Amino acid sequence: MIDLHGFGHQLLQGALVTVELALASLVVGLVLGLLGAAAKLSSIKPLQWIANIYTTLIRGLPELLTVLIIYFGATTVLMSIAGLFGYDEYIEIGAFAAGVTALGLTFGAYATEVFRGALQSIPKGQHESAVALGMGTFHKFYRIILPQVWRIALPGLGNLFLVLLKDTALVSVVGLEDIMRKANIAVSSTKEAFLFYLVAAIMYLVLTIVSMGVVSYLEKRARRGLTRG
Amino acid sequence: MKLKTIIMGSALFVGAALTGASAHAADKIRFATEGAWAPFNYIDSTGTPQGFDVDIAHALCAQMKADCEIVTQDWDGLIPGLKVRKFDAIIASMSITPEREKVVDFTNKYYSGGLRFLGRTGETVDLKNLDGKTIGAQRATLGAQYLEDNYSGKAKLKFYDNQDNVYLDLVSGRLDVVLSDELPTYNWLKTSGNGDKFEFKGDAFMKNDNIGIAVRKGDKLKDKLNEALKAILANGTYQKINAKYFPFSIY
Amino acid sequence: MDFSVVVEYFPRLLEGTWVSIQLVLLSIVLGGLFALPIALARISPVLWIRSLPFAYIFFFRGTPLLVQIFLVYYGASQFDVVRESVLWPILREPFWCAIIAFTLNTSAYTAEIFRGAIQAIPPGEVEACKVVGMSKTQMYRRVLLPRAFGIVLPAYGNEIILMLKGSALASTITILDLTGMARTIIARTYTPIEIFLAAGAIYLLISMVIIAIFRQVEKHQNRYLGSVSIKVPDKG
Repeated sequence: MIDLHGFGHQLLQGALVTVELALASLVVGLVLGLLGAAAKLSSIKPLQWIANIYTTLIRGLPELLTVLIIYFGATTVLMSIAGLFGYDEYIEIGAFAAGVTALGLTFGAYATEVFRGALQSIPKGQHESAVALGMGTFHKFYRIILPQVWRIALPGLGNLFLVLLKDTALVSVVGLEDIMRKANIAVSSTKEAFLFYLVAAIMYLVLTIVSMGVVSYLEKRARRGLTRG
Repeated sequence: MKLKTIIMGSALFVGAALTGASAHAADKIRFATEGAWAPFNYIDSTGTPQGFDVDIAHALCAQMKADCEIVTQDWDGLIPGLKVRKFDAIIASMSITPEREKVVDFTNKYYSGGLRFLGRTGETVDLKNLDGKTIGAQRATLGAQYLEDNYSGKAKLKFYDNQDNVYLDLVSGRLDVVLSDELPTYNWLKTSGNGDKFEFKGDAFMKNDNIGIAVRKGDKLKDKLNEALKAILANGTYQKINAKYFPFSIY
Repeated sequence: MDFSVVVEYFPRLLEGTWVSIQLVLLSIVLGGLFALPIALARISPVLWIRSLPFAYIFFFRGTPLLVQIFLVYYGASQFDVVRESVLWPILREPFWCAIIAFTLNTSAYTAEIFRGAIQAIPPGEVEACKVVGMSKTQMYRRVLLPRAFGIVLPAYGNEIILMLKGSALASTITILDLTGMARTIIARTYTPIEIFLAAGAIYLLISMVIIAIFRQVEKHQNRYLGSVSIKVPDKG
């Protein structure tokens, strides 16, 4: 058995933080992605502009820089906004919230394109039949459109999640105690750089394999109404 | 899990993620340290910050009867983090320099250090002429600034995110000489198992390097900390902590 | 916010930009060269030939680039064998360590792009080659690879932009690329927001230039046909 110099438990705790960070960012990113896609497909010009600026900016910025800008910049921005409302207590954005914001924004920008493609691929007839059945806009979206979008978007979203999982390592630079930072701490006290970075790599691989399993299960489930066998 | 369930659950999740973004209680003092500067501050295998700086912070809090929390932050994010109120004070063996005083306030010194070069045992190093040598230091430290001011364009300078990586590269042979604070290097030579391969080169300089606790400009916390510092120096608490790490006074 | 620091330090940011561009160009060229044999081995009908590239691609796409960089830079230098080897003069330089990590990483992604492209070529074209009596080498050189090149372009352009973004990680191993330079400047000025935003603007500008170039090349390369698209996994 390899000797982790007593840091094994710490690394597992780091893995938990990594998973929490990835899942929370996924949720934020999915919401942003749907909103972004809706904005891009809407007939209101300013909404389209905002969505386009959002996806262009985020997709052109290195994720590391996005994390750093959010971590150092968000508090200042939030405080000046809060100041407008006469609220001058200070607002704290921790490393976790900053990480979720940065990774969620990144995921959302790419997910916008995935959702847009999926929304566009739904035949017009589906909309028309829903309306013919007397469904309202919300009903139509929730019962007819969304389940189909989900099925079409899943493979793309699955890929994005794998990217997100690896991007969580970047948040270690702002002090969140994820796998990567725990590995750094272990290296600084044991000097075993190769060992701990390799262990970290294997932990990410395991998380990747598990995620791939979950995604393929979800894909199968989403397709169940469609084909047999 | 369907997308709609996800969306419904997301409101909860986002709420949970943002609870971290609430204003925190005013009476809790948050000290930031680096955690990579043994024996002054480092993180042990249970993930807890330890060291001289941390002990001093706890002693000051006990003296002030304040509720305290120690957080860790990478070195070059300490002052930016203090400015945007991620924490209230930095106790991370930070030298009081005019550049830093432009952006933060410092308490009185809580110990003093000096800079000293470190190189391979037996290798003669002419400190007046380091042309062509590769010299390492931690980014955003007094040592790094000294190198930039005196050796820029002559020697090859390399700056690292933390001191541990500087040592890693000195041991691996990527660096010829390292410039850093004397006391942690003294500790490293004694404890890392590399004491026989490396040695100090030349004498310590900038001995008037005073180390203080940084707070935001104009923060009244500074006066409270100064008072508490005076008290622990007078009642012997400071000396006890000092003796735990160094056999000589570092004040 | 005080943007005068940006003006003052702009020349140094440009120095960093040049380092970033060198990192990206070298890694992309080397990565592309490595990717071709990996892709060809990956689609081999022989199990043991295709399992090695599979493992390679799986490792480099399944782990964060940051871990890979640290493994190459701090991990490898830990061993005496490495430090005493002929490769040490190269491995001692952070710049080359970054190039090695980036090249390995991008070659795994690029190999998948190439594989996707080769497999996207309609089987009819392969059959046609066989019918006219081409050898396997001829078929690849004259038909499959040039065709794949055209199909590959959009995904490849995307990969270069991802590499540009990934190159920011070079700053974690003392390289003064655009991000590294920004962090060094901030160490003096303590103005993270201003300097990071300026660096971000430069990255955006470079990716826009890359996108524009690829649009032109694509138009030129694929001018004789309609759209052929392939699905390529994203990268991180």
